[in-house]
Amino acid sequence: MSNTIVSTRTYLATFVLLLVLLALTIVAAYIPMGRFNWVAAMTISAAKTALIASFFMHLRSSHRLVWIAACAGCFWLALLMILSLTDFWTRGWLLP
Amino acid sequence: MTSIPDSRPLTVAASHGVHDHQFDDSAQQQEAATLGMWLFLATEVLFFGGLFTGYTVYRSAYPNAFGEASRHLDLVLGTVNTGVLLLSSFSMAMAVQSAQLGKRWRLLGFLTSTAVLGAVFLAIKFTEYVHKFHEHLVPGSQFVFSGPESQHAQLFFSFYFAMTGLHALHMIIGIVMLAVLMVLTLANTFGPEYHTPIETIGLYWHFVDVIWVFLFPLLYLVSR
Repeated sequence: MSNTIVSTRTYLATFVLLLVLLALTIVAAYIPMGRFNWVAAMTISAAKTALIASFFMHLRSSHRLVWIAACAGCFWLALLMILSLTDFWTRGWLLP
Repeated sequence: MTSIPDSRPLTVAASHGVHDHQFDDSAQQQEAATLGMWLFLATEVLFFGGLFTGYTVYRSAYPNAFGEASRHLDLVLGTVNTGVLLLSSFSMAMAVQSAQLGKRWRLLGFLTSTAVLGAVFLAIKFTEYVHKFHEHLVPGSQFVFSGPESQHAQLFFSFYFAMTGLHALHMIIGIVMLAVLMVLTLANTFGPEYHTPIETIGLYWHFVDVIWVFLFPLLYLVSR
C-alpha cells in the first residue's frame, strides 16, 4: 500500500543509480555504434524510468490496480508507436 | 454556524481523520486518489506520445539533419539540467516520506527545495532558449542553418521547442502545485494519517521527470 514508508537510504541509492545511468547514457552516445546508439539510449532511459516508477513513485508497494493503470499507459503508447511506425517505416518498400 | 458544511475544503475534512462518505475508510480514499492520478498520467503518456511518435517518424526520415541539428544543443547545460531534475525528484520523494513521518518542517523544507530545483531547471532552459534565439535556430523567418539540409534541421528545432516547451509548461504547473502544498503544510493540513495530495502531486512531479529522461537523449544525444 502507499502507506509503506521508504527509507532515506533507498531513496539516496535510487538517486545515485540514476546519476550513474545519466553518466552511462552520455558515454554511450560518444561510442560509435550506428543505430545501436539509439537502442542503447532508449534502454538506459527505460531503466531510469523503471527506477523512478518503482522507488520514487512507489509502484513496488502500490495496489495492483495501479499496476494495471501504469501498464495500460505503456500498452497504448506501444500501440500508438507500433501502428504509426509500421506505416511510415514500410512506405518506401512499395516505391521503385 | 451559518456557513454551508459542504463548502469546507476536502483537505480540512480529511485532516481530522474523516473520510468522504462514499469511501469505507481513509485508506481506501487514498488508494482511489492514487489510482486517479496514475490514470491521469496514463493519458499524459499518450499526450506526449504523439510528439514522441512524430519525432521518431521525422528522425528516421532525416537522420543526418537531426544529428547535425542536435549537435547545436548545449550538452553541458542539458546534462546539468537532467541532474537538477533527478535531484528534485529525490527531494520530492523525501517530502512524501517526511509527510508520512509527520515531520512538518522537514516536509516544508523538501517541498521548497523541490520547487527551487524546478525553478533552476526552468532558468537553465530559458538560458538555452535565449541562446537559440541569438543563434537564429528558432524555426521561422529568422531561421539560419548552414548546410544542405536546413529545412530538415528546422524540423528538428520545431520538435525541440514543442517538446521542451510542453515539458516546461508541466514544470510550471508542478511548481504552482508545490506552492499550494507549501501553504497547506504551513496550515498544518498534513500528517501521518493524511498526506494524499503530497503523494499524488509527487507522482505528477516524478512523471514530468520521466518525460525529461527520454527527451534528454532524444534531443541532445542524437549523434555525438
